Amino acid sequence: MTSNPVSPVKKSPIRHFRLANLRSLGILTPHIVWCVIFIVVPLLFVLYYTFTDRNGAFTTDNLQFLGTPEILRCFGLSIVYALVATAVCLLLAYPLALAISKLKSNHQSLATLLLMLPMWVSFIIRTYTLKNIFNDNGIINQIIAMLGGGEVKFLGQSWLIILGMVYDFLPYMVMPIVTVLTGIDPKLNEAAEDLGYSPFRAFLHVTLPLSRAGIISGITMVFVPCVSTFYISSTLSGGTVTLIGDKIESAFLSNSNFQQGSAMSFVLMILILISILVMNKFGDKESEELLA
Amino acid sequence: MKTVGKIYSIFIYLCLYAPIVIMVLYSFNAVRSTSALSFDYASSKYEFGHWYAEAFQNEYALNALRNSLILALLSAIAATLLGTLAAYGLHHLKMRRIRSAITTVTNIPMMNPDIVTGISMMLLFATVFAIIRIGETGFATLLIAHITFNLPYVILSIMPRLRQMDKNLPEAALDLGCTPVKSFFLVQLPFLFPAILSGFIMAFTLSLDDYVISLFLSGPKFETLPVFIFGLARKSVPPTIYALSTLFLIMVLGLLVFSNIMQARMEKKNNIN
Repeated sequence: MTSNPVSPVKKSPIRHFRLANLRSLGILTPHIVWCVIFIVVPLLFVLYYTFTDRNGAFTTDNLQFLGTPEILRCFGLSIVYALVATAVCLLLAYPLALAISKLKSNHQSLATLLLMLPMWVSFIIRTYTLKNIFNDNGIINQIIAMLGGGEVKFLGQSWLIILGMVYDFLPYMVMPIVTVLTGIDPKLNEAAEDLGYSPFRAFLHVTLPLSRAGIISGITMVFVPCVSTFYISSTLSGGTVTLIGDKIESAFLSNSNFQQGSAMSFVLMILILISILVMNKFGDKESEELLA
Repeated sequence: MKTVGKIYSIFIYLCLYAPIVIMVLYSFNAVRSTSALSFDYASSKYEFGHWYAEAFQNEYALNALRNSLILALLSAIAATLLGTLAAYGLHHLKMRRIRSAITTVTNIPMMNPDIVTGISMMLLFATVFAIIRIGETGFATLLIAHITFNLPYVILSIMPRLRQMDKNLPEAALDLGCTPVKSFFLVQLPFLFPAILSGFIMAFTLSLDDYVISLFLSGPKFETLPVFIFGLARKSVPPTIYALSTLFLIMVLGLLVFSNIMQARMEKKNNIN
């Protein structure tokens, strides 16, 4: 109603524009206040604790602590695990998303509902059940014993942690890709095939580039929780693999070393911010809108 | 090609559901330890379904479940009210820079890892409590945190619907003699309602499932179910928790079916209009 010349109250367009904006800002005030107090200020606290010691004096000790081989190793491991898990998720999710997007609309909503349903079982329980399956005397080992084999030690193996991440976050990768694929006009593919492309080439040159926005938002949605997880690694490794999330969690909840914990969180946040910006470079305008 | 896709999809779904089925099986385990699966009830001292009976007698677990439900409901209501207002304001704000700045800040909890959101709020409250020398983490801190991380999802679910709304709709209401407030409540709100409802449901479920953020903000007096389970899982999870999770899944399934029916009805009604 900002630029309507026949508005019941006649005002000059510019004044009217300002008034509407003022009213919108008024409506937004509670939200802005809330966001500043509970989003911006807490992040400033993270910054403050990163650069101060226990007495509140400025220090870079906490950042230097991040340079120790132990912490660098944790960061490195977290990134490697998260990258591998994200790649596996993408490879598994894309064909599934393609299959789901080809379903009729009511079957499609049922398929997505079924996909999300396991996510409603608490994530801790799901991970713990995985541990029960692969435990030293878990279901798989029970089956192996029945077949006459010896006990196999699964807990602590890298692939089990990757499996845990993929299992817990796969739906996050499938959903955005399904959304994007459903929006692509099937006529585009038909046209490509009519013009002599094989179905595979049509997929490679038409469908795949058009689904880039979904892929990028899926990658972000899986990578972020994977790189910062602390529960999956500690449960499925039996405590032998420590990721950066585990370090942060214990810094805050067991050692109450807020300074070092903040430094690790701060760097983790910067790391994720950079990866999102890099991802956006690969994406087109649409995906930027999805992320911004 | 199509059959390959179908077989592949079914395979993935089976993999996704296998642990869920095993979880349900564990809730009927014949022994107290969940390290091994056994249905040897003949030599067990527990009768079939014992863990469900025990779940209903476990005061701590029931209390945690009740806390979770109260928290999810209150935080979803608050986030929906605040988020609807914010989405409405954002939609009508014509200053693009300010609008995108507000949106960016709102979305921070969505983009940030949960652990960072959790510890940042923990730092805020720890500092405030240290300054005023009173207070501890618990219901209030959890409620604030849950509202904050629910906000972006509520706004995200309402914004597209606002963009869909015919600009002439509120103006017609004004021309026909509605006050702006009346036009909002009688004309715009009913149009936005399906989006508001889906935002509310999303907020409710996100809040119910969250444990990373809650872990840093719950206190000894107020624990949510996921935090309670997390505490148990560090040692060993008894089958009681599997029973509780199974019941929880059934409850959510019911909620989901209910909300789907509601939405279908709403769409039908809208189509008639």
